[in-house]
Amino acid sequence: MRRGWRRTLLVALLAVSRAVAGAAAAPFTVEEVAPGIWVHRGAVADFAPDNRGDIANLAFVVGTRGVLVVDAGGSAAVGRDWVAAVRGVTDRPIRWLVLTHVHPDHVFGAGTVVAAGARVIVGHARLARAFAERGPVYAASMERLLGPEVFAGSEVPAPTRTVAPGERLRLDLGDRTVEIRGWPVAHTDTDLTVLDQATGTLLAGDLVFLDRLPVVDGSLLGWLRVLDELARLPATRVVPGHGPAVAPWPAALAAERRYLRDLHDAVRGLVREGVSLAEAPARIPPPSGWRLVDPDHGRNVTAAYAELEWEE
Amino acid sequence: MGRPGRKWPAVLSLLLLWAAAGSSVAGESSRWDEIRAMLFDDRPLADGTAVLELEAPQRALDAALVPVRIRARAGAPPIRTLWLVIDENPAPVAAVFRLDPELARADIETRVRVNSYTPVHAVAEAVDGRLFVVARFVKAAGGCSAPGTRDRGEALARVGRMKIRPLEPVVAGRPVRVKIKIAHPNYTGLQIDQLTRQWIPPDYVTRVRLRLAGRTAVEVESDISISEDPTFLVTLVPPGEVELGVEVEDSSDRRFARSVRLVPEA
Ligand SMILES: [Zn+2]
Repeated sequence: MRRGWRRTLLVALLAVSRAVAGAAAAPFTVEEVAPGIWVHRGAVADFAPDNRGDIANLAFVVGTRGVLVVDAGGSAAVGRDWVAAVRGVTDRPIRWLVLTHVHPDHVFGAGTVVAAGARVIVGHARLARAFAERGPVYAASMERLLGPEVFAGSEVPAPTRTVAPGERLRLDLGDRTVEIRGWPVAHTDTDLTVLDQATGTLLAGDLVFLDRLPVVDGSLLGWLRVLDELARLPATRVVPGHGPAVAPWPAALAAERRYLRDLHDAVRGLVREGVSLAEAPARIPPPSGWRLVDPDHGRNVTAAYAELEWEE
Repeated sequence: MGRPGRKWPAVLSLLLLWAAAGSSVAGESSRWDEIRAMLFDDRPLADGTAVLELEAPQRALDAALVPVRIRARAGAPPIRTLWLVIDENPAPVAAVFRLDPELARADIETRVRVNSYTPVHAVAEAVDGRLFVVARFVKAAGGCSAPGTRDRGEALARVGRMKIRPLEPVVAGRPVRVKIKIAHPNYTGLQIDQLTRQWIPPDYVTRVRLRLAGRTAVEVESDISISEDPTFLVTLVPPGEVELGVEVEDSSDRRFARSVRLVPEA
């Protein structure tokens, strides 16, 4: 797994934002997972003041024309560390920001990345609509969960370039090209992936979870269909939205696919049997091998039940 | 990741039907006194614990989809009306179920939105007019009112689809649970569309009539507290092979209907 060129960079940014947060948070690190592709590993944890919303993996790709940043972290505080981490690696301009989906842990640092230079903000065709509906709700929860000081200044500018389901957008970074692809409803209704063709690296957003239990917030059936297509992408490694910084592809998909299939089969069985929604979560034992299973597993059962009722 | 706790926007608090005169979290609320007075004047409400069972999770997994079941206990008198009240919701009376005791039993399940920690009350009116009340306290995980799970165009295109399914074999003259699921976004009217800066207009199912051979077995008056894709599990007593008709009306004056045949097993 460990490659010769893989380095770890410690970006010491302990001063301003940490002083605000007050807690002795871990240093904000990035590591190079493939030539010119750097990843910051978010904590496998729920939103809490001590992690400042830094719970999702973030990545950037360095090309000769500039830097493409993929996701922005869960608060302006994380966004500031994230921009500083890019600056610690390269002085090429930050030109592009891709938001892989609407979830708050991926987007609330976006304003900070845009302020650092990203003129092009790429999002799913439904992102603006989804964020319009959910943004106020998310902002209120995040402020409560992270604390107003950490969350202050968190903003999510609208995409300047949208990608529809099934559409592929190629961006020329100079010495390399990335392909951004929009997906039908799966993890959410706003999922994008970024494929770096030069290195065969898939930046999967939350279409791929490792370690942290997958969260179904779009469509279980849709996600299972998307996984089949995703598995055929010409990549050799993946940066998942949650979990390790990098993992082999498509092997990294196996655990998530198994969980989602098992969830589907079990919930479908209960719906057929006439077991009620209230009883269903307790009837499907929590899966092993995942972290943060409670309460997300029960919520997944609930969401899947409401969806699969239409199928039976 | 996902839902950081679904929550109704804070603006909801401005729109409460009653001034939030400070309610306790102990399971008794001052709102209940007002709701009760509005619904029942000064009619006495007897403790219903021996008559009614109210099932609801202590802590909801998804505050926008909280399953609630009300059922009469063995030996309860025949019941003709059930009220489901979520005290702290903007529109607390989630649903009223009017039953024909010959064709339906008091065993009803639905799914509701829960705005904040709240007592939930169920009231039953027996055919002799006596009223019984039971309550439970529900903690909604982080609050409520997520936006719909589908975008508006898609949600409205699906309006009118229905799923009607008996959950057990049909036997003439015996109670059978039937699930009715209605595709409808059930918009509350309390959400702002940030793109257009307009309120999303309320658009919700107001009435569901279940007819057995043309006779109304159950009539549901429902409101914005009922979850997206309103779902009702009712207990019908089909006299024999019979047509079950489901007629739905919503606040936008849409009307749609579907029917299935309930065929007793040989
Ligand atoms: Zn996500």
